[in-house]
Amino acid sequence: MSEKFTVEIISPSRLILKADSSEVTIPAYEGQMGILKDHVPLITFLRPGLILIKSEDEKIFFVEDGTVEFNNNVLLILTSTAKTLNELNKVEIDEMIRRSNELLENDKVTDKEKYLLHYKIRTLQEINI
Amino acid sequence: MPSLDDLKKRIKSVKSTQKITKAMKMVAAAKLRKAQENAERGRPYSQKMQNIILNLTKSINDPENAPKLLTGTGKDKVYLCVVLTADRGLCGGFNSNICKLAKVNFKKYLSTGKELKIITVGSKGLDQLKREYGKYIINKFSFKDIKQISFKEAEKIGNEIIKLFKENKFDKCILFYNNFKNVITQIPQAQQIIPAENNLTDEKKEENISSYEFEPEEDEILEDLLPKNITTQIFKAFLENAASEQGSRMTAMDNATRNAGDLVDKLTINYNRSRQASITKELIEIISGAESL
Repeated sequence: MSEKFTVEIISPSRLILKADSSEVTIPAYEGQMGILKDHVPLITFLRPGLILIKSEDEKIFFVEDGTVEFNNNVLLILTSTAKTLNELNKVEIDEMIRRSNELLENDKVTDKEKYLLHYKIRTLQEINI
Repeated sequence: MPSLDDLKKRIKSVKSTQKITKAMKMVAAAKLRKAQENAERGRPYSQKMQNIILNLTKSINDPENAPKLLTGTGKDKVYLCVVLTADRGLCGGFNSNICKLAKVNFKKYLSTGKELKIITVGSKGLDQLKREYGKYIINKFSFKDIKQISFKEAEKIGNEIIKLFKENKFDKCILFYNNFKNVITQIPQAQQIIPAENNLTDEKKEENISSYEFEPEEDEILEDLLPKNITTQIFKAFLENAASEQGSRMTAMDNATRNAGDLVDKLTINYNRSRQASITKELIEIISGAESL
């Protein structure tokens, strides 16, 4: 189909995913962002959230941070924290939520970090159900 | 002339050494394949990261307000050198090649009146630099206990460097490591990571100026991206180093095995000769004894 573009998720140690997709939703720093074919060139970075990749089947990744570039119908996601939902089990998620909550109560945390932590907790709670 | 017994012992000991070097070579070869794969898989990430940063820097209109990590402090006084070496020896010239290059550079900096600060990663580099440059070493890392170096370790070093930079402890940061080219060639390299080097040619810059949409603003992205890039570069250096170490060890051990084989051959000839000589001698003694009767 001509309505597709390439998505690549690359972590420092390997290529996690290279696939064609018709629509990708990413948790950009300032809000969810849907990307279709022929999007304008774009650079942004991610907050904790879920990446949704639509092709024949839908793929979901959990990320904590990362950088995104879209150019010439190639969507490049650079992240060191991408995980598929299968890779996360309940114990791990609970642990991550607990640690994030602890951090939130710490006074030294800046507003920006609080914002990111807030999203992390919310996303984690979402997938925990 | 060593006695027969001595020769026998030496042959035995050389043979057992050969066994060890052969085993080490085999282990290194197996590890090399994995390390090489890792290094090759890690390359796209750092390359793409560099690309994005390049695109970003081009679209910054106001270079004076650009983040310091990109443009540097504007001074050129204090050099921070990060020397990455292995934790294990017996890998040919691997460690000493890095140290040699580092020392040449250290000398250059010191002779031009710069201030020098050193961070060593890996115990072998520390051992070699300690004597001459011990007073400049401000921190040392060793990941001896960790089997597979991951991004976390690189982050640890990256954070340390960034912390020092924010405290204005240095102006330039240079990374020393071995670049893995192939199994027999590893090139020791000095890479400047702060301020970020812009080594792409101008023509390439021209064609790439597609107007990007930034969200949030350019400088905000850069501020987030640059520390990450430093960590990425360090991680890349780690991977290259790991592959180089195994490659270097493999060639070194291959040579050692071959040398041991040559030595065994030579000793065996010696052994046989002196055995024959002693037999001949005994025979002569018997014959001349019989003749005299």
